[in-house]
Amino acid sequence: MTFEPGDRVRVLPSEKPGHVRTPAYLKGKAGWIESLIGEFPNPEELAYGHSGLPERPLYRVGFRQTDLWKDYRGLAEDCLYADIYEHWLEPERGTT
Amino acid sequence: MSDHPHEETGSGRTTSPYAARIRAIEALLLEKGVLTEPEVQDSISYMEARSPANGAKLVARAWVDPDFKEILLADGKAAAKELGMEPEHPAEFEVVENTPEIHNLIVCTLCSCYPRAILGRPPDWYKSFEYRSRAVREPRALMREFGFEPPEGVEVLVHDSTADVRYMVLPMRPPGTEGMNEEELATLVTRDSLVGAGVPRTSVRIG
Repeated sequence: MTFEPGDRVRVLPSEKPGHVRTPAYLKGKAGWIESLIGEFPNPEELAYGHSGLPERPLYRVGFRQTDLWKDYRGLAEDCLYADIYEHWLEPERGTT
Repeated sequence: MSDHPHEETGSGRTTSPYAARIRAIEALLLEKGVLTEPEVQDSISYMEARSPANGAKLVARAWVDPDFKEILLADGKAAAKELGMEPEHPAEFEVVENTPEIHNLIVCTLCSCYPRAILGRPPDWYKSFEYRSRAVREPRALMREFGFEPPEGVEVLVHDSTADVRYMVLPMRPPGTEGMNEEELATLVTRDSLVGAGVPRTSVRIG
């Protein structure tokens, strides 16, 4: 696996069209690896009748709500988890 | 028939354009032999055999049996099988626990992913654009409109089920329910509380 729990990551700001499972509001956002969920056939291939193989690692990625929305109204501790495929993540080297 | 305040969430109405489109697609799939009528009926029966009552049973058992709770949180499918449910579905099934520190809220911003193999079809509001966008953008304001506000200091954790995992919330057992048995406890567990949009009732509803 490329990532370990606790690693800082950033979601790629890719504009890849079609059936992608990465929501637009998380693209370009920084968070951390919460856990590895497992490996699954790539939905971006499955959706078009392909095998989706090889399977891709899927991670639970955590984000602070205040990093997602500038005007977030809630606690600074409020978080959001999303399940993101490894090929949508890059190591985050910034300081955010 | 001109006043439909919930037009956006009304995709289940038999007269909606969505229903007409689905009927047309179904007719074509049958005509071309991709699906058969018995397969369609099987699929409908499968979905109708599942309901939030399954979720309520899992929750009530977890409230009275700490060992079961441990299984439910570690392996949701194994726990469901133990209670005679059939969660075989390609997706994973994960149960997240509300605690005095954390309140969980489930959404699928991309479509309407939901643990259908356990709970059946999601409520219409769960599929609405409004719920899907506001659950991630302003979860606290959204929950207030459902009539629930996490107590002060409680962290809100939103789970966007974007891929291969379906989530269900294990709500906290309401105070004052110590004398209730498992069946009575199950009646407290609302569908909304399994998504985190609310919390269980505090007393058994009569009738």
